[in-house]
Amino acid sequence: MTETDARRAAEGAARDSYGRLLALLACRTRDIAAAEDALSNAFAAALRVWPEQGVPNKPEAWLLTAARRTLWKVGRAAAVRARAEPDVALVAEDLASAVAGDLPDDRLRLLFACAHPAIDPAARAPLMLQVVLGLDAASIARAFVVEPAAMAQRLVRAKAKIRDAGIPFATPEPDALADRLQDVAAAIYAAYGLGWDDTPTGDARGLSAEAVFLARLLVNLLPEEPAPKGLLALMLYCDARARARRAPDGAFVPLAEQDPGLWSRDLIIEAEGLLTAAARAGRFDRFSCEAAIQSAHCQRGVTGGTNWTAILTLYDLLSVRAPTLGILVARAAALCEAGRPVDAQGALDALPKAAAERYQPYWVVRARAHRRCGDHTESTRALDRALALTHDPALRAHLLRSSW
Amino acid sequence: MQYMLIFRETDADFAKRTDPQHSNAYWGAWNAYIAEMAQAGIIKSGEGLQPPHTATFVRLRDGARDVQDGPHPDAEEHLGGFFVIEAPNLDAALDWAAKSPSAHYGSTEVRPVLPPMAPPAA
Repeated sequence: MTETDARRAAEGAARDSYGRLLALLACRTRDIAAAEDALSNAFAAALRVWPEQGVPNKPEAWLLTAARRTLWKVGRAAAVRARAEPDVALVAEDLASAVAGDLPDDRLRLLFACAHPAIDPAARAPLMLQVVLGLDAASIARAFVVEPAAMAQRLVRAKAKIRDAGIPFATPEPDALADRLQDVAAAIYAAYGLGWDDTPTGDARGLSAEAVFLARLLVNLLPEEPAPKGLLALMLYCDARARARRAPDGAFVPLAEQDPGLWSRDLIIEAEGLLTAAARAGRFDRFSCEAAIQSAHCQRGVTGGTNWTAILTLYDLLSVRAPTLGILVARAAALCEAGRPVDAQGALDALPKAAAERYQPYWVVRARAHRRCGDHTESTRALDRALALTHDPALRAHLLRSSW
Repeated sequence: MQYMLIFRETDADFAKRTDPQHSNAYWGAWNAYIAEMAQAGIIKSGEGLQPPHTATFVRLRDGARDVQDGPHPDAEEHLGGFFVIEAPNLDAALDWAAKSPSAHYGSTEVRPVLPPMAPPAA
């Protein structure tokens, strides 16, 4: 184990504890902000006490008890209104967990609260990263390219909504679980996408790894559901190609030109396993379907070619079940690659103009489809629009290459 | 927790209350909804309101009373009625809101009621 590995393992363990402890502290009161304060007090106390008295046998139980005491005190000070029963219950639980040692894992309930439909979609991923992984608001703001004050405001507002509106910390009923799980998965995938799209040195880069951590957590917490496995598989297929995405000089390498020898076999194998396991549920899942498309792309490493017909079939399915702008544009790209550039143009024409016009991939696919049809004037025009929306210099250089 | 369900309707919806073609369906839907809530024993209070043209707005500006005929000119949907219900959490309250007739054609807002004696959180 290298030093980096060791540090990563230590950080992973700390992150694991942070979310567990916070979930236990917040689930009963639904007051995430108060739980965060109590937990940070407990960590501060640990830094004072442990060096003198030694690290306790069960550090997590120690932290939990310390944090609960703070919550209890704050609760009592705040109120004649404080109801007595929860306090008694907390003390009883402290005793129980001190005896048992093993802490229950309430993080799933926390994730569902963070991605509740009544929470602003733009706040869901940031909230998960802060509450479940303990990331600080400033780095979250940087990664999401939002002013720190605006991000802090967004997070405070979401926590107040959870506390005051009575958003439950609960796993949804079976009939609502699949739908609600899509919201959790979508928030995690949004964080992954930000990291993925960022330049190699950008602030959002680390988000991909955090998102993978959350997806792994979700797979462990809901082993019977296909969506978490599909989501994790999708991310791992992308991660597998990370090394091949840039040439040694930093130039962007599109998927079709990547050297499969640079793809991570281990990650692809893990992703294939997850995808197979997800398919056993026998029902449509958006993320599994997207992962299946990535699996088809990765087949080129074995077969040497890309089966665009298969990929197009998967996009057809996705575009009916989950017609997001990203998926519809990707389907048009698949049409183009499958030798149907006229159909690709038709598909692009059918998209809602207002949203599509600000979406860089829309113009890239448009330029490509026009070129395949031999209309170089329109192709150049679309390419200009794409370039105006492209900020990554390596990606710009790629789009400007004549061979593109 | 207690939640207020706030029902909003458009002018066209309010017109259905007295339109012979639509009034049976309109009131039938509301009566069935209210009966279901009453059956569940969750209603704390609630009223339907007269249409927005009966509204009057009052403002005190520089000590002078400014009274204006309603409805509020900027709103597309107007308050048609409300219920305060008891529900274990937001999800349960949202389920009841989703059953309300106005959720189908106008909108239904769900707001937690301030708990009694509770000072605003510090």
